[in-house]
Amino acid sequence: MNGPGVVISTALIDEMVAHCLASYPEEGCGLLVGPPDGSAVTRCVPTGNVAASAKLYTVDPRAHLRAERDAEEKGLAVVGVFHSHTHTDPYPSPTDVVQAPDPSWHYVLVSLRHELASVRSYRIVGGAIAEEPIFEAARLESD
Amino acid sequence: MSVEVRLPTLLRAAANGSSRVVVEGDTVGEVLKSLEQAHPSLSGQVLTEDGTLHRFVNVYVDDDDVRYLDGLDTKVLDDSVVSILPAVAGGA
Repeated sequence: MNGPGVVISTALIDEMVAHCLASYPEEGCGLLVGPPDGSAVTRCVPTGNVAASAKLYTVDPRAHLRAERDAEEKGLAVVGVFHSHTHTDPYPSPTDVVQAPDPSWHYVLVSLRHELASVRSYRIVGGAIAEEPIFEAARLESD
Repeated sequence: MSVEVRLPTLLRAAANGSSRVVVEGDTVGEVLKSLEQAHPSLSGQVLTEDGTLHRFVNVYVDDDDVRYLDGLDTKVLDDSVVSILPAVAGGA
C-alpha cells in the first residue's frame, strides 16, 4: 500500500460536489476510479442513489457493474466511493462504517451542511476510521 | 453448465488470487455453492449460513442483478458470466 493520502484533481472534486448538489435533498453518491494501487482518483462516476433518501445511499448496482467493467478494460479499478451528508459533517456515520465494503477503498464524504461544501477522505479498516489527506492536483491525466 | 464467476478484489485472496473462476451449476445458487466448494475460504462471504444471498453482496448474471431476476434460482447458460460485487451503501 502507498503512504496515506490520495491524489484527486480539483475538477473531479468539483464534479463530486456538483453531483451531490444536483442530488439534494437526497444523498448523492458515486464511485471513484483510478490506478489499482489506489494512489489516485482519475475518474469520478456519479451514480443513482437507489435508496432515494436524504439519510441513506445505495450505489445503483448496475451502474457499479458497468463502472467495474469499464475500469478493468482500461487497466484501472474502482478504488473508492463518494457520498454526501446533506445536514451533517463530512465524517463517516456508524452506518457508513458498518457497510464499508473494502478496507483498501477511499471513502470520500461531501458535506453540504454549510454553504461551502466540505470534502474529506477516509480509510475505514476493521471498523476504525482514519482521515487521510487529499492531495489536490490542478490537473490529472484522465482516461 | 460451466460458468465463469468474476470476483471482486476483496474476495480474490480467498480464491488463490484469482479474479475469474470457472465452476459448474445450472442456477446462480448452484454456481455459488460450487464456488464455495472450490474455494472453502469464500464460505459465508457470499451466501449466508441459511443459504441466502448475503445482504452486503450483489450478484449479477451478465448485466442483470439477480435480485431483480429469480434470485438464487436464476438460470445460467454455458456462456453466462456471474459477477460478484460488494453492495456499496451507507448513510448520514
